[in-house]
Amino acid sequence: MHVHFLDPYKPRASLIHAFDPRVKLVLAVAFILAVALTPIGAWPVYVLLFAVILSVVMLSELGVGYVLKRSALALPFVLAAVPILFTANGVPLLTVPVGPWTLTITVEGVQRFVTILLKSWLSIQMAIVLAASTPFPQLLVAMRAVRMPRLIVAIVGLMWRYLFVMVDEVLRLLRARTARSGDPGLPGVRIGGSLAWRARVTGGMAGNLLVRSFDRGERIYAAMAARGYDGEVRAFPLPPIPMGQRLILGVGLAVLLLLVLLGYLV
Amino acid sequence: MDYALKIEHLGFAYGDGHVALRDVSLAVQPGEKVALVGPNGAGKSTLMLHMNGILQPGSGSVTICGLLVDDKALGKVRARVGLVFQDPDDQLFSPTVFDDVAFGPIYQGFSEKEVRARVDRALAAVQMCDYISRVSHHLSVGEKKRIAIATVLSMDPEILVLDEPTAGLDPRARRGLITLLRTLPQTMLISTHDLRMVAELLPRTVVMDHGAVVADRPTGEVLADAALLEAHGLEL
Repeated sequence: MHVHFLDPYKPRASLIHAFDPRVKLVLAVAFILAVALTPIGAWPVYVLLFAVILSVVMLSELGVGYVLKRSALALPFVLAAVPILFTANGVPLLTVPVGPWTLTITVEGVQRFVTILLKSWLSIQMAIVLAASTPFPQLLVAMRAVRMPRLIVAIVGLMWRYLFVMVDEVLRLLRARTARSGDPGLPGVRIGGSLAWRARVTGGMAGNLLVRSFDRGERIYAAMAARGYDGEVRAFPLPPIPMGQRLILGVGLAVLLLLVLLGYLV
Repeated sequence: MDYALKIEHLGFAYGDGHVALRDVSLAVQPGEKVALVGPNGAGKSTLMLHMNGILQPGSGSVTICGLLVDDKALGKVRARVGLVFQDPDDQLFSPTVFDDVAFGPIYQGFSEKEVRARVDRALAAVQMCDYISRVSHHLSVGEKKRIAIATVLSMDPEILVLDEPTAGLDPRARRGLITLLRTLPQTMLISTHDLRMVAELLPRTVVMDHGAVVADRPTGEVLADAALLEAHGLEL
């Protein structure tokens, strides 16, 4: 029993997939940075940034629907920005009485909130395209190639590797529980046990998982150390980035810079 | 004829398209002890997961004690079939031995008195009564295997389905487990690579390979058929 649904990589024969992972990583991070730096309420620039990500999605052949669906994952995190609606100073728009208090929504608050919503949505789409068009190991190599600290790359890499192992372990625990969840078929007997008991069983399972993960961590470290692990992700050296892709990298960065500047002009 | 287990033309493919079972048919009578042998990846474990309704047939049907395994009958089927996984760490998910052995009966809604009685009986059957308040995590593999069997015995199943019960055991623990299995009266289906145990314990052998049943004969005949064993990667 294995989990595949977590792996976001979708093999396609697209232009984006064929790009050097370093170019993709740098451009994706630059895009997210550009989105973050664009000032609040610069709506025309958001439209342009959306046009950029939309073209990238179409070039990647992942399907606009697929990316939009996955980008919905970002929505719950936007809830964290809700207080901004009420805390920003400015022209009052709406007053909501909540018990003894009154909350005032301001025009500036709404502007900021919508900005955050759009920014996170644009950023997550780029992250989705990056993860779906680049095999994870290549991404790790690219991270090292652009001088990301090796401790961080190692943590990301090991987390990725053992996330699957842990999810498999959870699935096996759940399967063992299911296998013993029987119904004797006696009339008048309620099956399933009490809520408190089930909560305790689940707590026990979580505890078990924690203890086993510790044990596994120690075994893994011992096995890694035994093979001379020193924290470095090793791979064959990447080939030099072809001239065409260097050009695209340069143009891409310039376009993003212009878009951010445009945001401060409008 | 009432069968304890009847599988008819069972076919199953995993979500990624890998075909694990092709047209498997098998009938086991109450009290019969059957070995399921074959190389890794032959489909033995997949077949076992069907006997408990954890996997549902892609085609064909599985009937347990006259109950067709489908969504409605799942609970009743699971009460009748005790499935013991290969890795006892999968089987034992509670903090203490008692909690694990008591899981099945508590889930089934029995009274506390009945649950305690069942736990005592199950642990007595595997000779592990002294371990009732031990922490499962600290036991040896052989001890864990016994507790894993107790966790399904406490449910009073009619059929025991065991996946590789002797794998990873030292000779003494293996011998103890074989002796234990010999004392259990339930209908038994054991998936294993341990053909010496099969010869000792199980009168009937089903050989699987590439998701299909390739032989279903008395154990003596199968073990004497060198060509068959050779063709399906088995060794005595």
